[in-house]
Amino acid sequence: MRKGFEDAMAQIVLEMDHVSKKFKKGEYHDSLRDLIPAFSRKALKGFSGDTLKRNEFWALRDVSFRVNKGEALGIIGSNGAGKSTILRVLSGIMKPTEGKLLVAGKLSALIEISAGFHPDLTGRENVFLYGTILGMRKEQIKERFDRIVEFSGLGDFIDTPVKRYSSGMYARLGFSVAAHVDPDILLVDEVLSVGDYVFQNKCAERMKSVLKEGVTIIFVSHNLRAVVEMCNRCILLDHGRILAHGTAAEVVQEHLNRGQTEAALRDQSGISIASAVFRARNGGAAQFESGEKAIFDIDITANKTYEQLSVAITMTDSSMYKVFETSTELLTSSSFSIKEGETKRITFELNLHLGQGTYHLNCYLGQHATEQLYDALSPAATIYVKSCRDILGVVNLYPAATVE
Amino acid sequence: MIEFFRELNQHRDLLYMITWRDIRIKYKQSVMGIMWAVLMPMLITSAGVLVKYGLSLFSHKPLDVSDIATVSVKAIPWAFFAASLRFSTYSLISNVSLVTKIYFPRAIFPIAAVLSQLFDFCIASVLLIIILGIARIGLSAYLLWVPILVGLLGLFTTGVSVLLSAANLFYRDVKYLVEVFLTFAIFVTPVFYDASLFGKWANLLLLNPVAPILEALNSCVVLHKAPDIEWISYAGGVSLFVFAFSFAIFRKVEPLFAERI
Repeated sequence: MRKGFEDAMAQIVLEMDHVSKKFKKGEYHDSLRDLIPAFSRKALKGFSGDTLKRNEFWALRDVSFRVNKGEALGIIGSNGAGKSTILRVLSGIMKPTEGKLLVAGKLSALIEISAGFHPDLTGRENVFLYGTILGMRKEQIKERFDRIVEFSGLGDFIDTPVKRYSSGMYARLGFSVAAHVDPDILLVDEVLSVGDYVFQNKCAERMKSVLKEGVTIIFVSHNLRAVVEMCNRCILLDHGRILAHGTAAEVVQEHLNRGQTEAALRDQSGISIASAVFRARNGGAAQFESGEKAIFDIDITANKTYEQLSVAITMTDSSMYKVFETSTELLTSSSFSIKEGETKRITFELNLHLGQGTYHLNCYLGQHATEQLYDALSPAATIYVKSCRDILGVVNLYPAATVE
Repeated sequence: MIEFFRELNQHRDLLYMITWRDIRIKYKQSVMGIMWAVLMPMLITSAGVLVKYGLSLFSHKPLDVSDIATVSVKAIPWAFFAASLRFSTYSLISNVSLVTKIYFPRAIFPIAAVLSQLFDFCIASVLLIIILGIARIGLSAYLLWVPILVGLLGLFTTGVSVLLSAANLFYRDVKYLVEVFLTFAIFVTPVFYDASLFGKWANLLLLNPVAPILEALNSCVVLHKAPDIEWISYAGGVSLFVFAFSFAIFRKVEPLFAERI
């Protein structure tokens, strides 16, 4: 009953239905002069159908997804995976070669902030120019002008031509304008990486509050931590195709795994991590008390002799932020070797002085000196740590307080 | 098509801001400032006066003040036409980052280019009124034609500009062709002379829709005569057709801009 009600409430505001986008590599005919011979060639050969011609490639291939109102969808993938193309197709700058597109509502793109600025104009003038470019009315900008300037923290510099701004000031003013547009759907392309730490936090806060207001966000970023924090769902793109689609944490994990497996597979080595078990002292467990001792057993097998080996372990919190790292190299100040057919067990002992939450444990096998990675398990284990004290954060500092 | 203009209308604030930006940038950090607006038409007028002077020496007819008025009345609209074409040809490619990154009707760029030239045209017109006053060219009811004629010129200029901006995006040599074309166009358009000078060939000159508009402006403002209705209807028809045709083409190729720029 309740479920049905929620389904009815979930309103699709964005939908891509089997969208493909074809691009051409190399040069187009840039001048009329080049066009004449090319045209006669085309006329002689005739036109071919929908298949890829020489020099063409799919920037997006058969991409389908839906986004409900108020959702935040992350899009991740390595460079050239098609992330920006998706945004361009969604915003209407490019038409898809195939497939259908649904956009319900006013869409605004927060793409490379400085694009709309003119260096010779003052900050004040640029606020009005960029604001209208982003789709605001003049009266709206007038009304929000003070808030925009305050958010940017530029103060008196607002009447200076922006060409005299530092790149940080430039970006801050740009984001401040963009943050005060009120669209139904906001496309964000890698803009949280501007400005200093304080300003980045401000931006992240602003995006969260925009989300609370019911705005739908499509967030493209290489900052995986930001994606996990901001988005409830995520898409992993590779060469224009959707590889994974799920909750942000899952998809980010998948992305990290792929990176490592690819790196490991490049070396067709005869050495691997046979097993990795994370357990409490008295046996297997997935849930730990804060401060409890835990053991991480890692078994390594090899079918030929390897030298100068090292095993590293890392721990990441629920938003994929690395909170801990160590290795045999660091702990024993030496490397180890393994003979053909041998199995070695490496045991790490850890004290889990952690705050409450979910943590992932990852292990890596490699050669320390050359940084050659042979194998990786990430995550090798996922655990939940319970804290009896009322603390937040990732570490347990065993606090106490007195009030006098 | 109607939907296209509705979308443009929704973005009128943006059109205003881009026009304002183009005007502002031209006059910012320049020694001449607002004088730029009158420099080009003044140069063209002076050239025209020289030509007239040469002709008067040749025909042993002294140069009249009304001749100078005639040249000014034709040179200022011509300067508007030529500058609009030049400026709008570059309008899309000089805004690459906006064309590839943010969506709004791209026709705003060439239209804003024409509007910013219209601003210059208005300033130059003020100067023209002063010249006409000095030359003692009086008023007449025919002046009511002027807004209609300027409107037609604007329609034609916008149409050509929109088409050229898109053409130059796809083929970068279009801007050179425009330069060459404009250099020669002033000789085959009756700016420095009257079309009637060419006798039976006059009709051939008037096929260029700018020509009948300039001739009509001259007869309304300087000669206090009614314009040639037939040629004005012709110019109006061509202008409307060029306008509609250009926008139809522009709309068709617009989705390719981001990929081909």
